[in-house]
Amino acid sequence: MNNAFAIVLGIAICLGLAALLGEDPWVVAKILVMGSVVSLSSLGYTLFYSTPLIFTGLSVAVAFHAGLFNIGAEGQLYMGALVLTAVSLGFGGLPPFVAPIAGIILAFLGGALWGGLAGWFKTARGSHEVIVTIMLNFISYAICGFAIMNLFKNPFSQNPESAVIPSSYFLPGLGKISEVSPLNLAFVLALVTSGLVYVLLFKTSWGFEVRLLGSKPETARRAGIPVSRRLIEAMAVSGGLAGLVAVNEIMGATHKFRDQFSSGYGFVGIAVALLGRNRPLGIIFAALLFGALAKGSLDFELDTEKITRDMAVVMQGLIILLVASEGLWRSAWRRLQRKRT
Amino acid sequence: MTWLQEWIFSGLRLSLPLIFAAYGGMLSERSGVANIALEAYLLASSFSSAAVMAVTHSFLLAIGAGIAASMFVGLILCFFTLKAKADQIIVGMAVNMAVAGLLPVLSKAFFNVSGQTPSLQAAERIPSLWPFFLLAFLVVIGAEIYFSKTVLGLRVTAAGENPLALRSQGVSVEKTRFYSIVIGAVIAAWGGIYLAMGSGSGYTRNMSAGRGYIALAALIFGRWKPFPTLIGCLLFGMADALQILLQSVPLLPGGRLLPTQIVQALPYLITLLLLAGLVGRVRAPGAINKS
Repeated sequence: MNNAFAIVLGIAICLGLAALLGEDPWVVAKILVMGSVVSLSSLGYTLFYSTPLIFTGLSVAVAFHAGLFNIGAEGQLYMGALVLTAVSLGFGGLPPFVAPIAGIILAFLGGALWGGLAGWFKTARGSHEVIVTIMLNFISYAICGFAIMNLFKNPFSQNPESAVIPSSYFLPGLGKISEVSPLNLAFVLALVTSGLVYVLLFKTSWGFEVRLLGSKPETARRAGIPVSRRLIEAMAVSGGLAGLVAVNEIMGATHKFRDQFSSGYGFVGIAVALLGRNRPLGIIFAALLFGALAKGSLDFELDTEKITRDMAVVMQGLIILLVASEGLWRSAWRRLQRKRT
Repeated sequence: MTWLQEWIFSGLRLSLPLIFAAYGGMLSERSGVANIALEAYLLASSFSSAAVMAVTHSFLLAIGAGIAASMFVGLILCFFTLKAKADQIIVGMAVNMAVAGLLPVLSKAFFNVSGQTPSLQAAERIPSLWPFFLLAFLVVIGAEIYFSKTVLGLRVTAAGENPLALRSQGVSVEKTRFYSIVIGAVIAAWGGIYLAMGSGSGYTRNMSAGRGYIALAALIFGRWKPFPTLIGCLLFGMADALQILLQSVPLLPGGRLLPTQIVQALPYLITLLLLAGLVGRVRAPGAINKS
């Protein structure tokens, strides 16, 4: 209820801004809706854009439950892509069915490595995880850019991208909708993963220990929970989930590692986790909303004079601000009701 | 110029925006408000100073606009952290997003190019870097005196360490934090003005390029104290200059250059290793991110 209010208000402010800049807000709203859900193709694209956001949203949420703020999902997802690309190109094709599963594991491992490294810096060296993950992001971009250009460059392309991975790794589409959009099986993987993360966090003793560590660190310490180990593990799982973005992008859609392919999925994942209240089901809905906003805003580039697709980022930022300041709206609402009675 | 002179001078220049941003952040963080929106300060002030300069050709108006834009971001931060008592890190993150998204939209609406302001002529840029160096010097000295010798500065530290004690003295914690954030935003604005009108000529998309975060790292490196933070800023500026220098110096056998991507990652790698190695466990101002 409160979130719905924040979402509507956030979008309304942006429409108001568009009006100030000389656009007709109704037209802008129409472009947003038409571009994101109305046709089969646009719906497919919306779901395709939502898929990485589910993964990064889950990633941020797992770290958050452990009391850590992971701004590093962006770097972690690239490391997932790097390990996936390097191993699949290095070892060549695998039998069908084995390859996709191997690919998913590789992408997870790549991200987990980078996430776990951030966890190690946090626990062993006491460095602040926010700064560490920001720095690891930049280092990850550099390593991936270097690898793409120097180790497995696509010889048939002028673009900064890797060679095409073996076709046994390709993920199948989801029927008719995949003929008109890049939507693929990774969307289903994202939904299944959300279920698994729910079980891991709320139904296992590992999840309980991690959540206790996040909410009451002192209690967790006294209960004898291996604090450092759990923190590193939580960061590794968090990074691994971000790494799965590579499954959607590389195995599902483009079949190669394009340099800088992520348009800030890792950062939008923070917004998704917040809006979804760090619950897997909430994250799915939040990712669908943000995916729709991103897809709908793409059409601003051509169909409007004054605004650009960056409007999606403004909307996302505003929605987070409004959700985060929920306490204020709640007390304002209470005051209003008191006045009425 | 020898390479050593070149390195030092270029390092000093690259430290400038970091100093302004880090000291802007210092005020806010010492008062107990975590501030990861330094990036937004830099971007907002660089955009609006460059935009106003391109339109009015007045230095005074351009600088004023840069400061006003950064202050506006600071006021938003104040509203959501002090009034709405939202999580400070999340607010900072969201403000960074909203500002980074808004500027390309505004530049498209005003100048019909997405993510850029019209390029400034030589006469429209601040001709010498000395005013910036002087200002940075004043900010550093001022911050040292402010925090160690003045009542206002002590109040800021108290608001950050033990707000209850400050409240019991009859001083408003909220007000102390409010003016700390706003003054901090004014200082950080100079970093953006420098980027747009000093080292660059106009605003380009994402021109701060993570400097807000590096400044934050410098602040943590310096344990939120004025002089150590300055050293942090200089270190990162020198590392950045080294990175640029190394891109044209053949170090590998056969006269080959180091790969660009690896060289570019150097400042971040150094930051990470310094934070992990030298700084270790740091203690942030006690009341930070607790309402």
